[in-house]
Amino acid sequence: MSAVEFELLVAAVLLVLGPVAVFLRRMSWVSSFIYASSGGLCALIASVGAARLVARTGDSGLTLPLGLPWIGSHFQFDALTAFFLVILGIGGAVVSLYGIGYGRHEHDPMRVLAFYPSFLGAMTLVLLAADAFTFLLSWEVMSLLSWALVLTHHQETNTRTAGYVYLVMAGFGTMALLLAFGLLAGSDGHYAFDTMRGAVRSPTLAAVILGLMLLGAGSKAGLVPLHVWLPLAHPAAPSHVSALMSAVMTKVAIYGFIRVVFDLLGPSAWWASPVVILMGALTAVFGILLAMMERDLKRALAYSTIENIGVIFAALGLAMAFRANGLTAAAALAFTAALFHVFNHMVFKSLLFMGAGSVLTATGTRDLDQLGGLIHRMPITSFLVLVGAVAISALPPLNGFASEWLMFQAVLMSPAIPQDALQLMIPAAGGLLALAAALAAAAFVRIYGIGFLGRARSPAAQTAVDVDRFSLMAMGTMAVLCVLAGILPGMVIDAISPVAKAVLGGQLPLQTHEAWFMIVPIAEGRSSYSGMLVLLFIAVSASGAAWAVHRFASHRLRRAPAWDCGFPDPTPATQYSAGGFAQPLRRVLGTNILGAREVVVMPEPGDPSPARLTVTVDDPIWHNIYSPMGAVVIYVATKMNGLQFLTIRRYLSLVFLLLIALLVGLMLWA
Amino acid sequence: MGTLAFDIAHLLAGGLLLVSFMMIYQDRMFALLHVFAFHAVVLSLSVAWQAYNQGAPHLYVTAAIALVFKAAIIPIALRRIVKQLGVHREVETVVGVGVTMLAGIGLSALSIVLMLRVTAHADAFAREDLAFALSVVLLGLLMMVTRRNAVSQVVGFMSLENGLILAAAGAKGMPLVVEISVAFSVLIAFIVIGVFLFRIRERFDSVDVTAIDDYREVHR
Repeated sequence: MSAVEFELLVAAVLLVLGPVAVFLRRMSWVSSFIYASSGGLCALIASVGAARLVARTGDSGLTLPLGLPWIGSHFQFDALTAFFLVILGIGGAVVSLYGIGYGRHEHDPMRVLAFYPSFLGAMTLVLLAADAFTFLLSWEVMSLLSWALVLTHHQETNTRTAGYVYLVMAGFGTMALLLAFGLLAGSDGHYAFDTMRGAVRSPTLAAVILGLMLLGAGSKAGLVPLHVWLPLAHPAAPSHVSALMSAVMTKVAIYGFIRVVFDLLGPSAWWASPVVILMGALTAVFGILLAMMERDLKRALAYSTIENIGVIFAALGLAMAFRANGLTAAAALAFTAALFHVFNHMVFKSLLFMGAGSVLTATGTRDLDQLGGLIHRMPITSFLVLVGAVAISALPPLNGFASEWLMFQAVLMSPAIPQDALQLMIPAAGGLLALAAALAAAAFVRIYGIGFLGRARSPAAQTAVDVDRFSLMAMGTMAVLCVLAGILPGMVIDAISPVAKAVLGGQLPLQTHEAWFMIVPIAEGRSSYSGMLVLLFIAVSASGAAWAVHRFASHRLRRAPAWDCGFPDPTPATQYSAGGFAQPLRRVLGTNILGAREVVVMPEPGDPSPARLTVTVDDPIWHNIYSPMGAVVIYVATKMNGLQFLTIRRYLSLVFLLLIALLVGLMLWA
Repeated sequence: MGTLAFDIAHLLAGGLLLVSFMMIYQDRMFALLHVFAFHAVVLSLSVAWQAYNQGAPHLYVTAAIALVFKAAIIPIALRRIVKQLGVHREVETVVGVGVTMLAGIGLSALSIVLMLRVTAHADAFAREDLAFALSVVLLGLLMMVTRRNAVSQVVGFMSLENGLILAAAGAKGMPLVVEISVAFSVLIAFIVIGVFLFRIRERFDSVDVTAIDDYREVHR
């Protein structure tokens, strides 16, 4: 059995598992059974994909007589597909493990179970599809199933709004993809990827396809300004589904972008790449600024997903810029950085969302201002979330640093590009990315500091207890992956190199034979990094410091009330609040970019009521693009409402006039 | 195709267009039905002539269908309906006949200019034939749009369909002509039924036939 047949079989079983769950709904073990089997199947998917990347097993393809007549359904299994199957497999397996524990708290488990495995199966099919029809069909099934999962808690108004916005945006994205594939197929209708790959296209047509892909894949991934649905829909789903959507489904969108833009379109004109780079960099800054302002834990994580998607797209844009100029090694560097970050983001974002889910289970709230002090009540969860927060903040020696470091190495290669415009723009974009990285660190200091440190701000947080062992095991696995990918980045880079080789024709030099687990992307004299050495240094210096503190200070420890600024009021509300922590950045950056406003209402003299400070932060994209667009749609729809109540004759007249207009147009044009 | 054969085909197609104009001009219901029957006869002659010329026996079937259904059964049935339902014997038009005729001339000119321009490389007869057919189709639509009366709308639709069959029969080697004409006949039957149901519903707020009976009881 070839790899593609095996993966297809697993995908089919996953797709069927959803309906099976409905049949088994009376059984007490259905939840554990569905999650455990989904997890096992995902592990199979990942292992076959990993075999392709590490053991270099061959590619395979398959055509099934399904779908469109005379065309059939084409499937493929190559290095790019294999890499993303690994992402999907690992994410799916670990999140399903988490689901075994988390799913028990679900109020109405069938609302998740009926769609969850099929959602995984549909994503697998997107990755395996090798013709436009199969791809779009699987894509749409994936969108619809995730929409159904978002609506799990449909009793809440916010969730219904989120579902509606998501459905509209998903429809829009699929329409853009449909048009892109239409242009790719050309007038002859070559729907198979193999025939699209060989076609010759004008640069303008290629740029239009690229633009449509940015709209289609970008709206699913969450590129600004197409991101508005993401912070609504991702947090609305149950936490393990949020983890899947944020960590895996956005990666499937990135796969679609890479498959079309890098694989099917081939090298694009150099002037196409700045658009992607700038969109990516702006998305990164914008996303993390919004994450910084957000009080809701899961929404903040969703905004952080937008930031990471921006980083990945910026790296992909860099790869396009290098590739357009034939700088294959540099293109491979940027491309590897992008895929490495895809892997890393899958790991730490699922870890963080699972952590948020555990907090939600333990305290019943996602509001940062209701949390606090969880590190005492939920020590294991808190530690694991800390690992994820450190990793996503791109601090060495964890994995986030390795991929962002690689990306900045690619940014530093920009002087090799001949075009002045790119030479000027790429360092500027690099600056934006550095800003985003710094803001990400600040945002996660805020999330962790407010949510997990300090004293509990609500009775719920005060009585929280650590979650079940399945959840902890799942989060632990991801935390271990964060550390492993951080100290052994060479192994990940080597696993990505067949993908870069297949897509770009170039790859980074082999890393695993370097001493001290060093990674050397270009040359030894230029730059190198070893996560292992950093870890050793941190371990040695921290142990030394700990020993010194213990040796000289531990016996002088005494327990006393915390210093309370002279006010004997021990209420936890005197701690930093989430809004208070964000205030400096909100005033510096938020006022202009996000339209943040602070309104202070002072009571009249003699009025004993408290003063009030109201802070509003808006997403300007929503107000400047989506609200006017919605208003226009409503206006036009209202105006056209009268068209529903015409007589047959008037309808016929409309059709007749349109026909005449078309014929006249044809006459003038022909 | 020889010159004589070409001329005869041309004459028949042009005749069909002329009869279409006659239909637009009619403002009495029974006269309209008579002209429509004539329209169908001309069509069936034209199709039969094509069948003879192209040596395509299946076109005789189309011609026969046109003759039996459209020249005989449907006009007679419509005549009975008009009589039984007590529909007005006059055709209520939206705009005056003169304006409609002028619009029809404009449409014919449009379709001839368009077709001659678009089909520059096609066979001479096919070009003329398509131009006539498109004119007939547009005149049929024009008739549907400018008449308020359901029966004349149905007649307009059927003359439109005659134009389609003319186009299909004239294009040599066009597959499934017979099947298409049969399918269209069925479609017309549905349209006729549909339009009447619609009209009945508009008048009685119901498609229940007993409503009509009740109405007749009351007004007897």
